Amino acid sequence: MAETMENTAAPAKLTIKDFQSDQDVRWCPGCGDYSILAQIQRVFPEFPRKKETFVAVSGIGCSSRFPYYMNIYGLHGIHGRATAIASGVKLANPELDVWVATGDGDGLSIGGNHMIHLLRRNITIKVILFNNQIYGLTKGQFSPTSQLGQITKSTPVGVIDYPFVPVSLALGAGATLVARTMDRDPKHLQEMVRRAEAHKGTAFVEIYQNCNVFNDGAFFQFTEKETRDDHVLYLEHGKPLVFGKDRGKGIRLNGFTPEAVNIKEGTYSVNDLLVHNENDLTLAFILANMIHNPELPRPMGVFVSLDRPSYEDQMRDQIARARSKKGTGDLQKLLDGEETWVIE
Amino acid sequence: MTKEVKILEEVTIRFAGDSGDGMQLTGTQFTNTVAALGADLSTLPDYPAEIRAPAGTKYGVSGFQIHFGSTDIHTPGDTCDVLVAMNPAALVTNLKVLRQEGTIIVNEDSFNDKNLKLAGLQSNPLDDATLARYQVHRVPISTLTARAIADMNLSTRFVDKTKNFFALGLMYWMYNRPLDQSIRFIQEKFGAKDKDMAEANLRVMRAGYNYGETTEIFTTRYDVKPAQLPPGKYRNIMGNVATALGLVAAARKAGLELFLGSYPITPASDILHELSALKQFGVKTFQAEDEIAGICAAIGASYAGALGATNTSGPGLALKTEALGLAVMLELPLVVIDVQRGGPSTGLPTKTEQADLLQAVHGRNGEAPLCVLAAATPADCFATTFEAARIAIKYMTPVICMTDGYLGNGAEPWLIPNVDDLPDIPVTFAKDPATFQPYARDEKTLSRPWAIPGTPGLEHRIGGLEKAHIDGNISYDPDNHDFMVKLRIAKIERIADDIPLQTIEGDAEGDLLIVGWGSTYGAIKTAVTGARSRGLSVSHLHLRYLNPFPKNLGELLYKFKKVIVPEINNGQLIQLLRSKYLIPATGFNKVRGLPLRAEEIENEIESVLGR
Repeated sequence: MAETMENTAAPAKLTIKDFQSDQDVRWCPGCGDYSILAQIQRVFPEFPRKKETFVAVSGIGCSSRFPYYMNIYGLHGIHGRATAIASGVKLANPELDVWVATGDGDGLSIGGNHMIHLLRRNITIKVILFNNQIYGLTKGQFSPTSQLGQITKSTPVGVIDYPFVPVSLALGAGATLVARTMDRDPKHLQEMVRRAEAHKGTAFVEIYQNCNVFNDGAFFQFTEKETRDDHVLYLEHGKPLVFGKDRGKGIRLNGFTPEAVNIKEGTYSVNDLLVHNENDLTLAFILANMIHNPELPRPMGVFVSLDRPSYEDQMRDQIARARSKKGTGDLQKLLDGEETWVIE
Repeated sequence: MTKEVKILEEVTIRFAGDSGDGMQLTGTQFTNTVAALGADLSTLPDYPAEIRAPAGTKYGVSGFQIHFGSTDIHTPGDTCDVLVAMNPAALVTNLKVLRQEGTIIVNEDSFNDKNLKLAGLQSNPLDDATLARYQVHRVPISTLTARAIADMNLSTRFVDKTKNFFALGLMYWMYNRPLDQSIRFIQEKFGAKDKDMAEANLRVMRAGYNYGETTEIFTTRYDVKPAQLPPGKYRNIMGNVATALGLVAAARKAGLELFLGSYPITPASDILHELSALKQFGVKTFQAEDEIAGICAAIGASYAGALGATNTSGPGLALKTEALGLAVMLELPLVVIDVQRGGPSTGLPTKTEQADLLQAVHGRNGEAPLCVLAAATPADCFATTFEAARIAIKYMTPVICMTDGYLGNGAEPWLIPNVDDLPDIPVTFAKDPATFQPYARDEKTLSRPWAIPGTPGLEHRIGGLEKAHIDGNISYDPDNHDFMVKLRIAKIERIADDIPLQTIEGDAEGDLLIVGWGSTYGAIKTAVTGARSRGLSVSHLHLRYLNPFPKNLGELLYKFKKVIVPEINNGQLIQLLRSKYLIPATGFNKVRGLPLRAEEIENEIESVLGR
């Protein structure tokens, strides 16, 4: 009966409601996670795939509660291992659309090893890394992206651990799609989620996310109205790197070093600026390194998007090749092996 | 010259040389030939952890022992009858396992000052009284090997690499075995890519065979008739191969894809190697970045509807601990193969041990019960792994299948099952959104439904947080937690209703019962058979199911006045038996990294029974 209905009824158009689970969202009021959840729930219905093929896998931490709030298949795993679990899910059934929700602690500290290996393997999994530069769920210790000198519960006189730059780490690990966005820029966040969905291979999206309890305002410079225009550089493929109020500034290369220049004062024009190319890995590294110069705006968008065979396609091809050469395995022959003898 | 042929019931031969001398290859070749002629057999590879330890040193000695005969063979042999020693270090490190009056064949050429010094010898044992109790055959193997291929203009190093085939050829002559199996092997392995190596190995092997035939040193050759094994088709099989095949067969019989998440670790890696070559069976192998990722990927694969499996050894099982707890909580099928090795820590990577039992049964945080099985012999690895998969699927639980280095690398003849006779493993995926509850229970098995992503209408969330009974939502309710802890334990206990009752070899009651598990099977069986033949009241109970135990285990134990539990650990099964059945069992524990010897168990039986 149910099957008949499925076959005859026209597929209903999915809406945001279809992706909201019946569980109460238990993040702190005002947490940036709410926006990330909302944008993803808004964008998922657009994707041309059946709802039952979405899977969210997470580890441990505030971000990792994400699957409970999405009405899709979800697996809340163990600390740092979401990427490893998700790898098994995707390889077992490549038809699934597998998303990993992780954080700066879960994904880059305890799960750092699994993260880099997922990225280099290029399994088609979309990693959404909520970066709030703090451990929230354990109540305020520093994380691998906390800033030098930051005062936290476990660093009363300041962090001395040099922080990871997640985008640089992902590029170094061989990721084929690397992007950065912000919880307080819903439109841009939605666009990055779309880019992740469309990508073949591992997509890595870092989201600056405000923890209003333990690290409030860590990214305000980039997210708030007063400062954001002069501190954020939106990357657009094929377009010059322009930023600033009135779009009066841009990024040019001085040797290998990027510098910010005014393009309204006559010395430089838009023609002197770097033009973004998502397919240029060298440029992506230069853009990722802008973070080390406080004078420069913070790039947001897709740093790199490369075309490299996905792991699951190669695995499928190897199986297909083995079958075309040897046929679909004959179990009795396998058990018999090379040499047998018979006892009467 | 016609030489005398003596018929032997059984014989044990040990090949020993440098780890670069190819002793494992030599032993395996000899084993395959012996097996194909229908003898019963058991083998024990005994090699160092170093891949190529400095040549000539004692710690670089690699050995391979084979025990074969026309009678039932259950162990690789406590002592050997023949020792083939390629250098002085191999001779001195293996002399202690050679029986008195045993035969030694040495590569005489290697007994030079340098090698004697490396072996820590003051004088040449070939010339002093060290070997007086043995029959020694001095064979200039290096010289004869070089001579056999002198016209090929090969480097000394190349020539040196072929001398193991001289020893192999000589042993084929001595034990009246044909060369054709090894000829085929050489042609297949080297023929295409290295014609010189193939030609050289063939010539050298034939030279060894002919040397036995023509020289007057060897006056006798031996023959071992086929064993009276149950009728059927046989092959020789190593434990790790049998384990891999067990996984493939179980997946096929369940109609599932097999997914192995793995990380290389001695002595378990061969399972990964075997399975990675079986892509035509749709087997997916994933060599992960570490042990944790290996098991986590397997869990993910099971979640997505495959048969997830992971293989490892003790240190790796320790790393998988947390993920095993997750698998217990998620209640997904998962097969974990633990090829045990000497521990703790890195321990003795290439040696055997049974000291992971308590880790397997108890080694997780929280109350995290799961099913534990153990294989008894190399061939039994197939059936035990198949059974592990059956239970994992039916009860939606991780199952740890224990083998060990000796079983994994050891070999014996295997009565090949007919694929059609292997039972199907029924799999039911949840389909109906109207009735689906993630943590609802099957009344009989207490297992929860397996609802895989991609099924319309069954979108649900599972995870490591405590689950509410039935709906599976997160629950911190105290009574629910108490209920769920006990439910998970009860589910594992239900497996006892679904496994064979325990049997005993020997009388069902008496003065003494020997209780064993895992790879000690052959040694205990041999010892008990020996003691019973001399009228002692002793029986043998061997456990495949270690958690849960078979339902009748207690009543069987209580029928004996004394219970001894031999183990290659400091007493782990005995703790489980004492705590569950409150019996005053005593242990017999040797933790040397080697299989227990039948003789020492038999001596223990005698001393306990007072004869």
